[in-house]
Formats: sequence, C-alpha cells, structure tokens
Amino acid sequence: MTVLVLTLIVLVGSYVAGLIGSLTGLGGGVVIIPLLTLLLNVNIHYAIGASLISVIATSSGSAAAYVKEGITNIRLGMFLEIATTIGAMAGAMLALHIQTSVIAIAFGVILIFSAFMSLRKKKEEINIQKSEWAEKFKLNSQYPTAQGKINYGVVNVGGGFAMMAFAGVISGLLGIGSGALKVIAMDGIMRIPFKVSTTTSNFMIGVTAAASAVVYLQRGYIDPGLSMPVVLGVLLGALTGSKILVHSQSSKWLRWVFAVIVTFLASQMIYNGINHKI
Amino acid sequence: MTSKKTATDVDIQHIIGWILRVGVISSMLIVFIGGCLYLYRHGHEQVHYTHFIGVPGFVHSASGIIHGIFTWRGRAIIQAGIILLIATPVVRIIFSAIGFVLEKDWLYTGITLLVLAIILLSALTGNAG
Repeated sequence: MTVLVLTLIVLVGSYVAGLIGSLTGLGGGVVIIPLLTLLLNVNIHYAIGASLISVIATSSGSAAAYVKEGITNIRLGMFLEIATTIGAMAGAMLALHIQTSVIAIAFGVILIFSAFMSLRKKKEEINIQKSEWAEKFKLNSQYPTAQGKINYGVVNVGGGFAMMAFAGVISGLLGIGSGALKVIAMDGIMRIPFKVSTTTSNFMIGVTAAASAVVYLQRGYIDPGLSMPVVLGVLLGALTGSKILVHSQSSKWLRWVFAVIVTFLASQMIYNGINHKI
Repeated sequence: MTSKKTATDVDIQHIIGWILRVGVISSMLIVFIGGCLYLYRHGHEQVHYTHFIGVPGFVHSASGIIHGIFTWRGRAIIQAGIILLIATPVVRIIFSAIGFVLEKDWLYTGITLLVLAIILLSALTGNAG
C-alpha cells in the first residue's frame, strides 16, 4: 500500500471514528485503534500514539466550549488531575514493558466495558451531602441549569481519587481518554451530577493525555505520517458529531447498534491478543 | 469583594477557552500544511507500519525537527504541529495557575503547580523507566 492510499483510508476511517466517538460519548480513540490494528495491520504502538494525539485534539476542542458554559468544575478537575497525570505517566512507562498482545486484550476489555457504560440510563441525581475532604479542597460547587443554579456536594474524595489514578494508568497504557472510567469515579463514587462529571472529565482528558504523550513522543510511538490523518480525521468527525448532537439527542437504538459494533471490534482485539497476532 | 472575585474567575475561564481553541486550530493548520508537503514528496512510497521501529531520526530530536522545518520536510512540520497540540493543555495549566494566584487561592495555586511538575517530570524521564 502506498502512503497516499493509506493516508486517505485512515483519514476517512478516523472521520467515522470521531463521529461515532462523539455521538456515543465513547471518544474517538476506542474506534480508531481497532481500525488501525485489525484492518490496516498497523503496529499497536503506532496506533496508540496516533490515537492519544487525537484524544488531546478533541478534548481540548470541546473543553473550550464547555468551560464557557460554566458547568465544568475547574477546581475538581485540577485536584483530580494530580491522580490522572501520575497514573498516565506510570501507564505510558508500563506500556514500554508489556507485550503488545497483553495491551490488545486489556484494550478489548476496557472497550466492552465502556460500550456498556454508554448504554446506561443517565438520570441526574443531585447530592447535597458534603464531606470533610470535599470541604477542605473546596470541591463542592454549583452549576447552571434551565431552572437556575443548583448546588451539589462531593463525597468519597479518596475513593474517587484512587479511581482517577487507575483511569490515568489506562489512558497512558492504551492511548485512549478513558472518559468512561473518569465518569465512574466522579458520577458513581463521588456522587457528582452527571452533567458536571462528563464536562469535567472531558476538561481533564487533554491534560492526562499530555502527561503520557510526552513519554510516547520520546519513545518514537508518535509517527507524524500516521498521526496526521488520524488527528485531522478524528477532530473533524467529532466536530460533525457535536453539531448533530445539538440538533437531536442520539436515539436509544443508535446507541445499541454502536455498542454491538464496538463489542465485535473488542472481541477481535481480545481474540488476536490471545493468539499473539497483535 | 465577591463580585470582583467572580469577575476574575470569568476572565480566566474566558482566556482558558481561548487558549484551547487557538492551540487546537493553529496546530491542526500546521499538521495539515506538513501533511500536504509529506504526501507531495512521499505519497507514492510504500508504507511500513506493521513492525515497530520508532520514528525517522530527523523527527526524533528538537534540533532535527527545527532543521526539518527550514528545509520544508513535511514530517518535521507535522511533528512540530503535534508538539504544539501536546503543549496546549500544558499552557492551559499555566494560565489556571495564574488565575488561582489572582484569586489568592494558594491551595489551588499549589495543586496546579504540582500537576505541572508531574507533567514536566514525565517529560524529563520519558527515556527512563
């Protein structure tokens, strides 16, 4: 295959990956890595490097819009970034020593998990209970809704912090934003409203990815020829996705279709990993 | 006093949003320009991504990339754009720190600088581990 043909295929594939990732909330990385490794036979290290770069682009691009709306809890984001950046640095270094087949299996497992997380019902629960640690770190806050500002409290700071460190390791190891894990830490463990969790998670993803990208860059995982169509394609796809989402909420059956596709890709990754084909 | 504090908060959030947007747009433009040059020069060569061999030497060091930019090497220009993109969230952290200093929130100034230190540590130990 020539460089030109590969670039065009990757550009179109990344656009679709960015679009799906944005519509489902899974992120572009989880679709682009199976596409590169399974269909185009790209080494998983290059795929992870390119994916990580696209994660920084989409997260920074959409965070710019969310920060303006005032939903993002910036203090909470900064506080938890201590955990995610330490995790990401450890994950990136771990990736250098782990067999690629193990990385492929881990990727498949996280992918299936993320897909089913995206199917979950999102009901907005407001917790007003406050904990000592949340008070100490000024994490309790408020966010604007159609009905005016709503106050919320944060609990279980230590548990959330530990889960965030794990999310960081996964992000650094697999080159994805691991938004699903970040949302579990905030929405599930710390009882933060869903809308605040998702926007704050997105705000943190760029910084987390930067911490592992600096390691990957020096290790030669980030190939410019491959990263170029990936980052441009995923970003444009994500932009298109966010435009569509403004006009219509993605329907339930659409989420199911994506979950099935993603589960299929994930099983392929696991299968190839077990048979040492990756 | 409260209203003044909120005003600073909003200003910094405005600046942060602006930095993120400018960082993404300018780095993507640089990547696109580098990509066009790369395809023009190397579009008909065969690809080699099946085995991991790292990246070509001239995009693996700062001096190589700078030299590459001045000699119009596509991949060096793409890599410069990618580095600018990676730097965007890092610059965002620096501005968050400035925002917390203006608010006299020393706890969060410290937390923000700690995050910055972790990323710098990660960059410095990139070849170790």
